[in-house]
Amino acid sequence: MPDDQEDPKGLIRRFLAMPADSIPKTVFVAVALCLVASMFVSAAAVSLRPIQEVNQLRDKQVNILQVAGLYEPGVDVVEAFAAFEPQVLELATGRFAPGFDPATFDDIAAADDPEISIALDDDPASIGRQSRYVTIYLLRDEDGAIDKVILPIHGYGLWSTLYGFIAVEENGNDIFGLQFYQHAETPGLGGEVDNPRWKALWAGKRLRDDDGALQITVAKTAPPAGAEYHVDALAGATLTTVGIDNLVRFWMSETGYEPFLTRLRVGAI
Amino acid sequence: MAQTRKEMLTDPLVDNNPITLQVLGICSALAVTTSLEVALVMSLAVIFVTGFASMFISIIRNHIPSSIRIIVQMVIIASLVIVVDQFLKAFAFEISKTLSVFVGLIITNCIVMGRAEAFAMKNPPVASFIDGVGNGLGYGLILMLVAVIRELFGSGSLFGVTILQTVNNGGWYVPNGLLLLPPSAFFIIGLIIWAFRSWKPAQVEEREYKIQVVDAH
Repeated sequence: MPDDQEDPKGLIRRFLAMPADSIPKTVFVAVALCLVASMFVSAAAVSLRPIQEVNQLRDKQVNILQVAGLYEPGVDVVEAFAAFEPQVLELATGRFAPGFDPATFDDIAAADDPEISIALDDDPASIGRQSRYVTIYLLRDEDGAIDKVILPIHGYGLWSTLYGFIAVEENGNDIFGLQFYQHAETPGLGGEVDNPRWKALWAGKRLRDDDGALQITVAKTAPPAGAEYHVDALAGATLTTVGIDNLVRFWMSETGYEPFLTRLRVGAI
Repeated sequence: MAQTRKEMLTDPLVDNNPITLQVLGICSALAVTTSLEVALVMSLAVIFVTGFASMFISIIRNHIPSSIRIIVQMVIIASLVIVVDQFLKAFAFEISKTLSVFVGLIITNCIVMGRAEAFAMKNPPVASFIDGVGNGLGYGLILMLVAVIRELFGSGSLFGVTILQTVNNGGWYVPNGLLLLPPSAFFIIGLIIWAFRSWKPAQVEEREYKIQVVDAH
């Protein structure tokens, strides 16, 4: 081409011919490299996302099985997961919402939907918006009576939102287990929320005392209410611990699952 | 070139091993060697990244301005590491959860940067690729050695298959809990370095000082 100012190929060739240490060449190399690298990275991320989402769903199911004490290595996850009865729950009333199909209801998207979520003024778990509907999982015994309920919980720790489940016994007050399936807390410190020994501390703890006051705490020392309401803090992870304390208390309060747990306690479910 | 391609691949395994001779890449060697499976995946990831990072850097080596040379190397290395991380999340989800931040930390693995800066900036692409793979293999070899010791004596298994039945599972073997903690990797790597240098005395560094003998009176 006669006018090589307009010809992009000529332009690139001109840059390539420059000495590597000249300023225009430096800027050119920086911009070109960033463009190529970002296209390369985003292509990989976008094309692999569907497979990653399948993995995440399976991981969530494994976690529900684990928190209910039903998981063993090698178990067929899809088959074992069929034991659970998913239900979409309206938090404020504690009743199931038949208008939503639990198979397709997306809890995380629901929290952003202004139609079915509310912005929280009093927001100890730092979640911003709370969906008015959530998917919970019921586990029934052979007679069809409720054995455990698996309730999703989430809230902010130190670096990240922790997503997890709490398994509550059929009396609506005893904790069977608690487990987080997604978080980005510091490995070895806040990341110890995944430590089986810490998770085991939750088994048998109680949410409320006999007067109905919410007593469960995660703290360094036991509260005056007694050890059955206390889970020991994570050593070296004060802010993660505070976050977990806030989020558990938030989700177990009247703005969380308390209306549902009250109905569970009186046997109305 | 002084070295043949085969030498470039095998030299970093023992004679010029990045961990035992150059003592690079120790940090991740401590973190990911509690089980063989994780160590193997980490080794493969590092081999992939050192190989291709060296190759890509070598391809554009004559165009890299020296003022932003390290940044250019880091961008290439970081992109490769992110791609590896995405692949692990798609095809080895459980292992990617165990490796968590350590895949991302390959970016700061001194071996990758070291080969890019010392070799790939001055040599053609194919040679750089082989050099990168060789150094990745050298890193992987030590990782696997350490992981065999730590998993066998720390958990009584290899690749998750029980070899020594532990007491907790009704067997006879009392596992050594220290081997599951990071300091044990230091001890094992130290012992490996000792073994290598006794076998190949040429690797022993010269003393930087000499104790002078002063004649008594």
